[in-house]
Amino acid sequence: MENHSLTVEHRDDTASKMGMWLFIFTELLLFGGLFIVYSVYRSKYPDDFHIAAHQLNTFIGTINTIILLVSSMTVAMSVTAIKTGKKSLALTLIGITIFFAFLFLVNKYFEWGLKFEHHLYPGSELMLTLKRGELLFFGLYFFMTGLHAFHIIVGMIFLITIFFKVKSSEINADNNVLLENGGLYWHLVDLIWIFLFPLLYLIS
Amino acid sequence: MELNDIDKSFLRNGSKYKGILSWLTSTDHKRIGLMYFYAVSFFFIAGGLLGGLMRLELLKPGQDVMTAQTYNAVFTVHGVIMIFLVVIPGLAAIFGNIVLPIMIGARDVAFPRLNLFSFYIYVIGAIFALLSQFVGNGAPDTGWTFYAPYSTDTNTNVVAAVFAAFVLGFSSILTGLNFIVTIHRMRAPGMTWFKMPLFPWSLYATAWIQLLATPIVGITLLMIIAERWFKIGFFDPNLGGDPILFQHLFWIYSHPAVYIMILPAMGVVTEIIPTFTKRRIYGYKAIAFSSIAIAAVGYLVWGHHMYTAGMSTTARWFFSLLTFIVAIPSAIKVFNWIATMYKGSISLEPPFYFTLAFIFNFMIGGLTGLVLGSLATDIHVHDTAFVVAHFHYIIFGGMGFAFLAALHYWFPKIYGRMYNKKLANLSCLLIFVGFTLLYFPQFIIGMEGMPRRYFDYVPEFQWGHVLSFFGAIILFIGFIVMIVNLYKSIRKGELAGNNPWGGKTLEWTIASPPTVENFEEIPVITNGPYEYK
Repeated sequence: MENHSLTVEHRDDTASKMGMWLFIFTELLLFGGLFIVYSVYRSKYPDDFHIAAHQLNTFIGTINTIILLVSSMTVAMSVTAIKTGKKSLALTLIGITIFFAFLFLVNKYFEWGLKFEHHLYPGSELMLTLKRGELLFFGLYFFMTGLHAFHIIVGMIFLITIFFKVKSSEINADNNVLLENGGLYWHLVDLIWIFLFPLLYLIS
Repeated sequence: MELNDIDKSFLRNGSKYKGILSWLTSTDHKRIGLMYFYAVSFFFIAGGLLGGLMRLELLKPGQDVMTAQTYNAVFTVHGVIMIFLVVIPGLAAIFGNIVLPIMIGARDVAFPRLNLFSFYIYVIGAIFALLSQFVGNGAPDTGWTFYAPYSTDTNTNVVAAVFAAFVLGFSSILTGLNFIVTIHRMRAPGMTWFKMPLFPWSLYATAWIQLLATPIVGITLLMIIAERWFKIGFFDPNLGGDPILFQHLFWIYSHPAVYIMILPAMGVVTEIIPTFTKRRIYGYKAIAFSSIAIAAVGYLVWGHHMYTAGMSTTARWFFSLLTFIVAIPSAIKVFNWIATMYKGSISLEPPFYFTLAFIFNFMIGGLTGLVLGSLATDIHVHDTAFVVAHFHYIIFGGMGFAFLAALHYWFPKIYGRMYNKKLANLSCLLIFVGFTLLYFPQFIIGMEGMPRRYFDYVPEFQWGHVLSFFGAIILFIGFIVMIVNLYKSIRKGELAGNNPWGGKTLEWTIASPPTVENFEEIPVITNGPYEYK
């Protein structure tokens, strides 16, 4: 009975990219729910949000913003590199992107660590003594940056996979839609941060 | 030909593995659809039996077979199973998977491996849903809506149930994503958008809702978990939060979710009616666009679940207005279905009977929806059995009957064999009578004030509950007849042939059951889908 091939070989880069774009829509809406909560409580407690935002370290936030912006650039450059057949350049650029992602997480670790040292974390005793708006602000801060950090980790794993596929030439000048999709995903992670940064750090 | 078609079909040829593994590792859209079918059927029976337990408890006032706490758990679990495990994946994941690629002339969906992955996410979600019943401090008792602040306070096992719903949401999102790309990229040459059959159109609209609404409930459910574990306070008034905000976020998804359930049902009916009346569908474009309109407007009506929850008058009349507007495209479809039948040569086969029952139930369910959508009357019947009746008329009377219609319509295509039509008609009659007897009295006692989700009630309402109980029994018998009939026919039914109903869409041009690749050669489309003379 085996007169048919059982796997249907079929490659459609436009479809793959369309799939990625649709997935990005869902990610935006996932964060969208949090942005709704943010806007409701910020309009309800504008002063508390203002005070609480003072506690955030704008310096680390700015550094991390720069890190993500530059990493977005390097991943975009790697796509151009692979398309023009420069494999080792592409590998370097993807490597740099992964390194930046790691750097972002290190900064985040110290930033969060400091908050925990000051007993500013959801459920802490200090937190319950704060004004309600401040408490909600920190709840949102940890939830939003936490979810974002999770996306950074997912993006890193995605990029590491891509790195090895470029290395083995599975991704090459003719077949590079996976790298492009990885780049798109990484831009999404960057984009969400571009909104989180001012909304959380710069409202003080 | 004798049996050859079945031996050559996807039912016998899967992946490189043998036995059950050849199913579990298959990326064939038809096999994945069938795996969903078996899983969903299992959960439907489980959820249905829980519903039966509730009817038994309500047969008499006072405590009879279970405690109030158990009753709360039973209606929660019934809701979670039926909504997240049965109705949402029901038509889209089962029949969408099985027939969508064939109807648009493709060999598979755009991302077959992602499709299998979605199925496994569904299985993982289902496992969490089952775990929530058996581990921790007892089954969740919040109702399927998980309303805060109770869901953030109760000691029962809410986290597992909420997480199950979150995971199942991802399965639904990825299926939707897959279908959108499939419809955009994989249509056969010549099949323009307006030569595409209408079931794919309705799946297309559904897929967009799955994609754009599900993430909102996903994040909301995560907030519930964070609220329970870390006291972030979003929905806790003591910490400055607002429980009403939870209701908004929840219904932003969960109202469109109703359209995830009903839109594919409308699509199925739109396929069946031309086939059994041998007429071209009346108002093709109106039906196609009304699907999109329902998806678009349906996104903006969530507030009608919250008229009594505390909202400004402006917001309330706005949501009420939008609710009335969303009824228009639904009505357009009904008129078009009826107009298609007019002067058609109608053959009364089982799928058509189920379709007629669908239209009848859907009219009642839809019109009572307007009673709930208008501000003044909703205040009176809010949170009563009237809502339960309305909801079941749409979901069971609408989506459920359309599902059964789809099952009887495509059964010969999927298994290559025909069922006993007389038994099928009998099961349709029993299910319809049982259904009506079960849910119609709930409208009346709801109007008279019987609250929903109550374990006990005053004796005035007993007559309604007694009728409902007997309805449930007839319904149960109807399902037994149907299951026995279909199960026997899978093995022993007469060979159906490629086109037992005289349908015109592409799935009827290929073998029954289809081969792994569906088409020997991808067809070139020159005509619209329903070109009867």
